[in-house]
Amino acid sequence: MTVFGVVTALLQVVLVAAVGPILVGVLRQLRARVEGRVGAGILQPWRDLIKLLRREPISAAGTSWVLILAPVVLMGTSLAVAVLVPYVSTRSATANSSDLFAVVALLLVGTVVLTLAGLDTGTAFGGMGASREITIAALVEPAVLLAVFALSLPAGSTNLAVIVARRVSDQAQLASPVSLLVVVALTIVTLAEAGRLPVDNPATHLELTMIHEAMVLEYSGRDLALVEWASSIRLVILLGLTANLFLPWGVATQAGALALLVGVVAFLAKLLLFGAVLGIGEVFIAKFRLFRVPELLAGAVVLGFLAVMAAFFLVQGSG
Amino acid sequence: MGDFPTQRLNITAAELAVEAERLLSTGMRPALVAAHQDPDVFRIVYLFVGRESARRTELCVNVQKSVPTVPSIASVSFPIGRFEREMRDLYGVVPAGHPLPHRLVRHGHWPTGWYPMRRDLEVPPPFAESGESYPFATISGNGVYEIPVGPIHAGLIEPGHFRFTVVGETILRMKARLWFLHKGIERLFEGRTPSQGVELAERISGDTAVGHGWAYAAAVEDALGIAVPSNVGLLRLVLLELERLHNHVSDLGMLCNDVGYGVINTQALAIKERLLRLNETVTGHRLLRGAIAPGITTVRQLPSVAEIEEIGADIAELASIALGNAGVLDRFTGTAILDRAAGLDVGVLGYVARASGIFEDARNSHPLWDVAGVDPEWFRLSDDFATGDVLARFRVRVQECAGSVAAIVGLLPVVSEVAETGWHGVGAGADTGSAGGSASGIGMIEGWRGAITHRVEIGADGLLSRVKIVDPSFFNWPALPLALADTIVPDFPLVNKSFNLSYAGNDL
Repeated sequence: MTVFGVVTALLQVVLVAAVGPILVGVLRQLRARVEGRVGAGILQPWRDLIKLLRREPISAAGTSWVLILAPVVLMGTSLAVAVLVPYVSTRSATANSSDLFAVVALLLVGTVVLTLAGLDTGTAFGGMGASREITIAALVEPAVLLAVFALSLPAGSTNLAVIVARRVSDQAQLASPVSLLVVVALTIVTLAEAGRLPVDNPATHLELTMIHEAMVLEYSGRDLALVEWASSIRLVILLGLTANLFLPWGVATQAGALALLVGVVAFLAKLLLFGAVLGIGEVFIAKFRLFRVPELLAGAVVLGFLAVMAAFFLVQGSG
Repeated sequence: MGDFPTQRLNITAAELAVEAERLLSTGMRPALVAAHQDPDVFRIVYLFVGRESARRTELCVNVQKSVPTVPSIASVSFPIGRFEREMRDLYGVVPAGHPLPHRLVRHGHWPTGWYPMRRDLEVPPPFAESGESYPFATISGNGVYEIPVGPIHAGLIEPGHFRFTVVGETILRMKARLWFLHKGIERLFEGRTPSQGVELAERISGDTAVGHGWAYAAAVEDALGIAVPSNVGLLRLVLLELERLHNHVSDLGMLCNDVGYGVINTQALAIKERLLRLNETVTGHRLLRGAIAPGITTVRQLPSVAEIEEIGADIAELASIALGNAGVLDRFTGTAILDRAAGLDVGVLGYVARASGIFEDARNSHPLWDVAGVDPEWFRLSDDFATGDVLARFRVRVQECAGSVAAIVGLLPVVSEVAETGWHGVGAGADTGSAGGSASGIGMIEGWRGAITHRVEIGADGLLSRVKIVDPSFFNWPALPLALADTIVPDFPLVNKSFNLSYAGNDL
């Protein structure tokens, strides 16, 4: 374990945690400007979080420790993923542990814990949101696994650091059919997991249409802040992963302060680019009817599966 | 203009069902049922109006105060059954043999045996939690569960409790329990002079100031025999169409917002704001209050033809962008269909009725102006879209916006002269009684939600003795659960918005 590795790992956590709310702010601001509104500025989510963090959380009568523990677990798993995935460098101290299956499992733990919290409140909305969230998660997880598995075949490893390093060194892979299929699948997955349009509408106040928000309706104060913060971190995690797999340039594959700086700047630039595409794209699409969402996600699974097949044949062909 | 003779028939309780059925079979619909407390009897007036003609007929039944019971005719007409329940809760007149005798208006914490419209008690007994809960029908079965929503909602909307019985995401049954907004507004009218009633009428449902204000003024004018010149009726029609425009635009945007297409909503809000500012120049109030009163119509300044045409073009463009989006079209199409037969049974009015192919419009059937002055095309809809779903309700309103724009543009040159001077009819604002003692009158206006009916009675002293108000929402609310059959829960807010019924106008 090198000093560089430790610094990189810490840097990644701090960076992702700090950027999460700002990314949400950027998305909202872009949407506002495209729609013709002034918007609240990109720092508004941070202002909201700071306000909420100062407030006492209130637990509804009849709720258990699940409700209190869920935000902590959600935050913990999100930060763990932020350490593991090679966002700015493939040489981080945790690079050996950045296994694809570990990352997907950690994300799923966060999802499940939040649905349990939704059920714990005992309200109709909590249960409704939990049921919808778990339906979506059940379709999202196989799509993620298949998609990244397809990328792992050429690299010969399920370690994300190895996959990304391999994609930096062998850039012919980036434009392969495998790569394109995976990007589409991962984009759909990101939209679903992060609760963006057309799967979920993060701006709605209509309880009956909510998915993610319905589960967290009973949260307040610090607990709500943690949930919101962790949700924004998950958006960075998913968007950043997609960005780094498709555009791996700039990720530090060598130790050194300059490489790290380039890595950070490149990561932020990629995040901004993908965020802008997402934010502006969202303006022009309507939310799907809930029963259409599984069709979309099934499409992502199929794309992931095709990517695996293509990767298998391409590896066979070249080997 | 507009002085339609009202046929008044005094009948006995035993003749009620036969008479009502006879009137309904001649192309009439129930417009309202109003109870009145006379010295020793309850006088109950059943008003029927022509669906496509300007006929008006009142059936009047007297009920002994000692035995306040009237035979229910809910089996003849569903809306009358609802009026009977309202009357029972407010006056204590019991509809005997009612098939669904649950309370309607009555809130659980009202004192038992207290009827707010009766004049026996000046001060109501103390209010207390009775512990009495509403008898919701429960459905049991494998996987069936209930979602209670409201009466307090997350958005800035009126209070209403919705009880969904659901399997998975599919709605088996929805019961709307409204009635959290009883203000006693009908009672507040009593004892006021007709001109003092205007401020109340304009606030019955805040978004329908012209509709209710005009219906009230027309009812008083009918009672007092004040003749309204045709061009005054047309000037009032301009105001009515301005009100229709700003409400329709706002809802077109909200419907898109509910399917996550917020950009249309933002633009619709901008057009609405432009209209509200325009309204302020027209009557001095953004919601068009203060222009219409019994015997009076004044405006400050008329809008320009160019501005109205510009707004009309903006609305048409916005609607075509919205419906050009495949996602929006998919969400609207086939969602929550109210078929024509169900609509007729429930007695729906306004754009909800027209979207289901029931083309009734009080602007055509009960005009308060010389029909030669209007182009029938303004209020005519093409009938090729009346599919009864959210899409049809959206498209009806797009068409009505175009009609309103055409009407305003067509009427502006006609009414400019009367707008310049304003109109003060004979006896306006004098608040003298009618010549022959007490009098009653009816006003019916096609507001933006549908036909609004007011019936006023003015005593020999010139003061209002009874005002009965009916907002179209009262007729349309029961249609919402019908349309929701087989709809999924997350589509409910969209469906509710496509009906966009008033809670305040419903619960007086």
